[in-house]
Amino acid sequence: MISSRVIIAVLYVLLAPFVIGLLDGFDRKISARMQGRKGPSVLQPFFDLKKLFEKEFLTANKTQLFMIYSYVFFIILSGVIFYAGFDLLLVVFSLSTAAMFLILASTSTHSPYSAQGTHRELVQIMSCEPMELLVAVGFYLATKTFNVSEVVANSVNSNIIYLPGFFVGFVFILTIKFRKSPFDIATSHHAHQEVIKGVTSEMVGKEYGMVTLAEWYENAILLGIVGLFFLNSNPVSFVGAIIAILVVWFLEILIDNTSARVKWQLMLKLAWGVTIVAAGMNLFLLEIIMG
Amino acid sequence: MSTIHKSPWLLHYDGSSCNGCDIEVLACTTPVYDVERFGVINTGNPMHADIFLVTGGINSQNAPVVKQIYEQMPQPKVVIAVGTCACTGGIFKECYNILGGADTVIPVDIYVPGCAARPESIIDGVVKGVALFKEKAAALEASQKAN
Ligand code: SF4
Repeated sequence: MISSRVIIAVLYVLLAPFVIGLLDGFDRKISARMQGRKGPSVLQPFFDLKKLFEKEFLTANKTQLFMIYSYVFFIILSGVIFYAGFDLLLVVFSLSTAAMFLILASTSTHSPYSAQGTHRELVQIMSCEPMELLVAVGFYLATKTFNVSEVVANSVNSNIIYLPGFFVGFVFILTIKFRKSPFDIATSHHAHQEVIKGVTSEMVGKEYGMVTLAEWYENAILLGIVGLFFLNSNPVSFVGAIIAILVVWFLEILIDNTSARVKWQLMLKLAWGVTIVAAGMNLFLLEIIMG
Repeated sequence: MSTIHKSPWLLHYDGSSCNGCDIEVLACTTPVYDVERFGVINTGNPMHADIFLVTGGINSQNAPVVKQIYEQMPQPKVVIAVGTCACTGGIFKECYNILGGADTVIPVDIYVPGCAARPESIIDGVVKGVALFKEKAAALEASQKAN
């Protein structure tokens, strides 16, 4: 049992960038097809990443690189905690520590463009954090444990049965977490948006490469949490979890390609609204049923 | 430095153009021409850009801006002047405020003529730019090794 947990954690560290990078490549391909274009190769994200590491390294402030290394470290640490089956609450806290390093990295250069992006990033964190915490609470109420491996081992049925509201809320904030329209508010990939690259605008070459890598690791954790809703003690549920992850991933691409950008005020209201209504109602009902 | 040619990120700056060339640059990203299939991204951030596309001539107001953008781009980098205005000053050449083409302030590597430059020739210019990019990258690597 212990050894299999170690193996999963090691596999996460080794494979997450390849799997998520490939998903990202398919994302760009599918998006292009939705827009009637041919689109780049599915390996494009890897080409981009390799190129970033080959560019000249310019930086306005040396501390930025250190902050970015810390950001990557804490993201990977959160992933290891999650995939090794430890405390879900610890994963959420470790992820927010990582986010703090990203904020410190972007503010360390004193550029007005980064400052604008940082402000947006903070608003995004504010919109997502309550829901992330509530997901951990939801799993606790349904299974009486925060421990990821026990959540899986103790559940006879998939927890989605008890936590549909939490699931809806979590998928909603995933759009923000994945930096997709309509919520690509702190960084946008497109040059004709209001804020371009925001929080990452002063990160050059390998720094930007590291941030991209960290985002892939983070997305692997978030998709893992989506899978956790569907996992139970029966190993067959693993297939269901994979299907659920792919469906959610496709849904995010669809939302990205069919929606226009909103203002951050609306994002905050929507994210908290969905959190309070969906997760709040679910929490309330769960308390009544379980209590 | 082998992958750079697979992922050229562009930065497009509009000098004092009539907007004709800018529309053609944008046309390159539409489904008809789809430059993204070559891995091209129109980034908008000089720090992430590999290729600098300048449209329109240089006037006394935008000269320092163009210079600054050029300096903010990390090596290796390629500059492409798109349209007659960016090549020489074009029909605005005689105006009192126009200094000339993009090469009056920064070194230009590739000139794409035309008024307006056709999307096909812009893509051609970018492809040439990417080839040049590989050369520059190799030269940079060699000089780094020498140091
Ligand atoms: S070259 Fe012609 S189309 Fe292009 S900016 Fe100049 S005047 Fe306009």
